Amino acid sequence: MASPLKCDICDKPATVHLTQILNNQAHKVDLCEDCARAKGITDTSDFSLADLLIKASLNPEAIDSGTCEQCGFTQADFKKNGRFGCPACYDAFRGLLEPMLDGMHKGVVHTGKVPARALERKSLHDRLAKLELDLTDAVKSERFEDAARYRDEINQVRQAAGRTHPPKS
Amino acid sequence: MSISSLLATPSELTDSSSTKTAIVLMTRIRLARNLAGQHFPGWADKARRAAILAQCRAAIAAAPQMKKPHDLAIDRLSELERLILVERHLISRELSGSKGGAGAMISHDQAISVMINEEDHLRIQVLRAGFQLKRAWNAIDDFDSALEENLDYAFSPNLGYLTTCPTNLGTGLRASAMMHLPALIISNQMEKIVRAVNQLGMVVRGLFGEGSDASGSIFQISNQTTLGETEEEIIKRLGTVLNSIIEHELNARAKLLEADANKLFDKIGRAYGILQNSHVLSSSEAMNLLSLLRLGVDLKILPDSGRALIDRLFIEAQPGHLQYARKGEIEPAQRDILRAALLRTEFANQPKPSFTLPGPN
Repeated sequence: MASPLKCDICDKPATVHLTQILNNQAHKVDLCEDCARAKGITDTSDFSLADLLIKASLNPEAIDSGTCEQCGFTQADFKKNGRFGCPACYDAFRGLLEPMLDGMHKGVVHTGKVPARALERKSLHDRLAKLELDLTDAVKSERFEDAARYRDEINQVRQAAGRTHPPKS
Repeated sequence: MSISSLLATPSELTDSSSTKTAIVLMTRIRLARNLAGQHFPGWADKARRAAILAQCRAAIAAAPQMKKPHDLAIDRLSELERLILVERHLISRELSGSKGGAGAMISHDQAISVMINEEDHLRIQVLRAGFQLKRAWNAIDDFDSALEENLDYAFSPNLGYLTTCPTNLGTGLRASAMMHLPALIISNQMEKIVRAVNQLGMVVRGLFGEGSDASGSIFQISNQTTLGETEEEIIKRLGTVLNSIIEHELNARAKLLEADANKLFDKIGRAYGILQNSHVLSSSEAMNLLSLLRLGVDLKILPDSGRALIDRLFIEAQPGHLQYARKGEIEPAQRDILRAALLRTEFANQPKPSFTLPGPN
């Protein structure tokens, strides 16, 4: 051992060393006495490393811009209570999230149920949006044969969409 | 709307007791779901919460599984009514304490309940008496798919269902079983079991979830992780753990009888005597006595019919239910007197325990 371990939070010499085994993976944290007490590690039975892993992953450089553009939630908000502001936060704070997930779950990729109907609706919706753009372009540049083809396709997609969702007027 | 009609109808939790529910009293599965493009409830302002509530209520009411649901606005309920819903495991403490724009929709038989604007936009729960993980999963899977007809869920192909807290990410699924484990408590093995269960990625909590104590020797065991496995894999893993806990409990019971049957009989006999004759009973003492009688039923010391009564009293001896029955808030000291009176009445005509060792078969 060349140099004594430093506290993962504040860089003071670490005297408290914790190993938690989650899903057969060992996660180690070294803390100084002050930080250990601040984190309430007197009784380790109910203690989660997740919170500390957030701090550890934050360390050297800030990876994210710090604010979710969609909802205005900030990195500081997340650090305070471990909850996000909206679904888009998962993109905005990806750099913060990814190292945490590793220790938190069995894996980092979803393999379960998929909301098939909703995804189908979304893909139809996206396709419709693109076709409508194509149609406008075709009309503008007087490619009327193309335009007719796009219109037919749009009608088809609308019909398919109508089966999964009531059409919007 | 008040909850009186809810209390007047038979429910999955209070009226389904049978030998099948001996050790696993009930199975619950919940799914956390959120609407795409909407602020999560804790970050949404009043207007947004109200809009989300309205949208979710409409979608839930349209699902075929939800015929004539109890449709409850949390801020319109009295404190007592909210407490009752918590005691029946139909809403969480967090929802019960929420400010505005929170709702609960509960199916007629109380087997399905949906909390709206709790930690997530939707917390869907299916509850089944006994050890029924598969059936509960099939029911909640169908219901969730029915809701999806009318709701666009926040979902990412990589991360799955997006939840307010990343600890629920992926499947958003928590499956749990409520287990009655008196012999493991009496023989001081519970701590060891909790540690082993934690190692397997499962969590053990008390009767009323996080932070509650284990009065009545009742525990909730559930999965901790939600991402990286399919729903079926999570449920299968939990099922294996539950089966092994059942085996340990049965072994502990056999050992207690083998080592000193009289000591165990004494506990059960005294519990019966106190329940028939006491005049002041705290909630936790009542739970522990009821738990011993429940063990007595399992050991054939008391008739099988007693189990349904005991399971109902586990709920009805809770502070909220007691006060509701008396139509108003009552001081804790007064409650203990009422509780003793309720239990005296209920047990006055229950058959006496008959203490014979179960024969080898």
